[in-house]
Amino acid sequence: MHSSRHRLNFEEHRILFDPIQNPRRGISIFMGILLAITAWGGFCYILQWRYGLGASGLNQPVLWGFYITNFVFFIGISHAGTLISAILRMAKAEWRRPITRMAEVITVAVLYIGAANIIFDLGRPERAFFLFLYGRYQSPLLWDASSITAYLTASSVFLYLPLIPDIAILRDRFADRKWLHRFYQVFSFGWDGSPRQQKVLNIGITIMSVVVIPIAVSVHTVISYIFSMTLQPMWHSTIFGPYFVCGAIFSGIAALIVMMVVLRKIYHLEPYLKPIHFNYLGILLLVMSLLWFYFTFSEYLTGFFGHEPTEMRVFWSKVTGTYAPYFWTMVFFNFVVPVLILSFRRMRTIGGVLVASISVLAGMWLERFTIIVPTLANPRLPFPSGIYFPTWIEWGLMLGSFSFFVFLYLLFSRFFPIISIWEIEEGREVGLEEVEERIRSYLPETAGTFNSREKERST
Amino acid sequence: MALWGMVIDLDKCTACQACLIACKSENNVPFVGKQQADRGRIISWLEIISETEGEYPEVRTRFIPRPCLHCDNPPCVKVCPVYATYRNPEGIVAQIWERCIGCRFCMAACPYAAKYFNWHQYRIPESMEKGFNPDVYVRRWGVVEKCTFCSHRLLRARDRAAAEKREMRADEYVPACVEVCPSKAMYFGDLNDPDSVVSVLGRSPRAFHLLEDLGTEPKVTYLMEGERHALL
Repeated sequence: MHSSRHRLNFEEHRILFDPIQNPRRGISIFMGILLAITAWGGFCYILQWRYGLGASGLNQPVLWGFYITNFVFFIGISHAGTLISAILRMAKAEWRRPITRMAEVITVAVLYIGAANIIFDLGRPERAFFLFLYGRYQSPLLWDASSITAYLTASSVFLYLPLIPDIAILRDRFADRKWLHRFYQVFSFGWDGSPRQQKVLNIGITIMSVVVIPIAVSVHTVISYIFSMTLQPMWHSTIFGPYFVCGAIFSGIAALIVMMVVLRKIYHLEPYLKPIHFNYLGILLLVMSLLWFYFTFSEYLTGFFGHEPTEMRVFWSKVTGTYAPYFWTMVFFNFVVPVLILSFRRMRTIGGVLVASISVLAGMWLERFTIIVPTLANPRLPFPSGIYFPTWIEWGLMLGSFSFFVFLYLLFSRFFPIISIWEIEEGREVGLEEVEERIRSYLPETAGTFNSREKERST
Repeated sequence: MALWGMVIDLDKCTACQACLIACKSENNVPFVGKQQADRGRIISWLEIISETEGEYPEVRTRFIPRPCLHCDNPPCVKVCPVYATYRNPEGIVAQIWERCIGCRFCMAACPYAAKYFNWHQYRIPESMEKGFNPDVYVRRWGVVEKCTFCSHRLLRARDRAAAEKREMRADEYVPACVEVCPSKAMYFGDLNDPDSVVSVLGRSPRAFHLLEDLGTEPKVTYLMEGERHALL
């Protein structure tokens, strides 16, 4: 017996093993439905493959639509995860412990779907590997490809490292289940919880937390560069990098909260995810909402005040024109609703935070849409200016994308504990003392300790 | 080495669209059909942009034929992730159809909307098959295409000169739109030769470029409508 890991009381964390040990029928059926919707999305894609990208509602000049919107949206959500969990780890926020894993899974699952959406948008998807063969580093699209690949790698490692001790717990727990046991045995990497292993693991997690933050920031910065590096009105803006990163973290926190509420409900995680966690995340969401509004306000005021004719065409099409319903709904969902709910402690209940989060998710999707489409629809040269209506194929692929995301998430929770067991234990064993120690170090020493020290010195 | 460029005299242009038709048949540009055209999917390497100014009775409509402007500083080339579009040493902005992955980033970046996408696999109608130009590659679905300044004509002229063991003269290479223009509003030639007609006209006080302030440095120069109005 090397450490407390093996003395872990399985019964105490029974709730966390339940989804793995006794999967509920309802959830299996739900996963089946999700898979069916995903298959429908796959069918839509086959149709698009056969008929060409003309199967979508895209045209000239609106040559990017739902797929690129979804791409930016999903990659944005991926910031939930890794970034939040890395920042909270670095900041030694103790309340992070039951949240980090859920956040990290979002990142990994959603990155695949974001990347898939860029493939949906290619006219010749079978040539996608040209990016690696003939990639040209002058193009922001290649910066994207590199950055997203790096992020996917780093966040997968970042998800896996803290998972190792938990896989070892599962390996011991399911010693009687042949295949499951072997599966966990392979992935537990011979973890026995020795102090040396723990030290190495903690160093690994710390290194990854540091590495993952700049990568995550770079990902959404270069996604914004796809737009801001062109000369097009209301895209060519220096604020786009930080604006997109802010929006990404904003929508990421919202997605995290929604997933937490759902999993808390279906897996009965009430003892782990307490109202206080939602309260804290709600405050984070409120901060991001204000920051998002600040960026949006700066961006639109700068455009409006300069009053450049081509900029103004796009500006008015968003504020009063064709895209006004989308624009104002976005402002309502991203700013009015979350600020009204989250500013008041009494409203920052689980229900209140959930409503705000759903509103932010819808608002941020609309934000991506209103950045992409109105600019394309109002090009510089007089052109039969564009209208864009997505076809049912695009809707199908969008539904499929969302379903597949939830499916991947539930699939993960079927095989791995969705809350980090060893980190909760660590919180109890080490965290409590550490925090007390830390708080003591913040404060001036009390008279008692001062006197005793003086005494020591005099003797 | 030559630097190919074009001059379009808007005073002479009658907006008859002969250039547009010549371009379509020369380059095997597909007809997309009415249904697709209504959805904004016309492919037309050369387009007549029309702009109506003022209100009745002071109405004035301007027509500007717009091929690809073959910018010297092309925004489309900068953004291509796979080198499917590039500026060749003679200034022609070229597109490699078989390299293009169809991401349409170049279309989004082009401020002149001079690039077109093959939304479907388009077919040339049977009745048109005899008019098919064997010199021009047929684009397939899912790639971006655009005006090439009829670069196949350059290759042909150069081959002919090589066969006759002599240097190619600049006037041997003329794009289809320039050749066909009934009012002779379009000129083509070598911008590196200071005495060529395009260089001379390019120095005219009437010369301007489309969206000049973007710094794309197009090699298609327009001559402003003006002589007629100056008389009024």
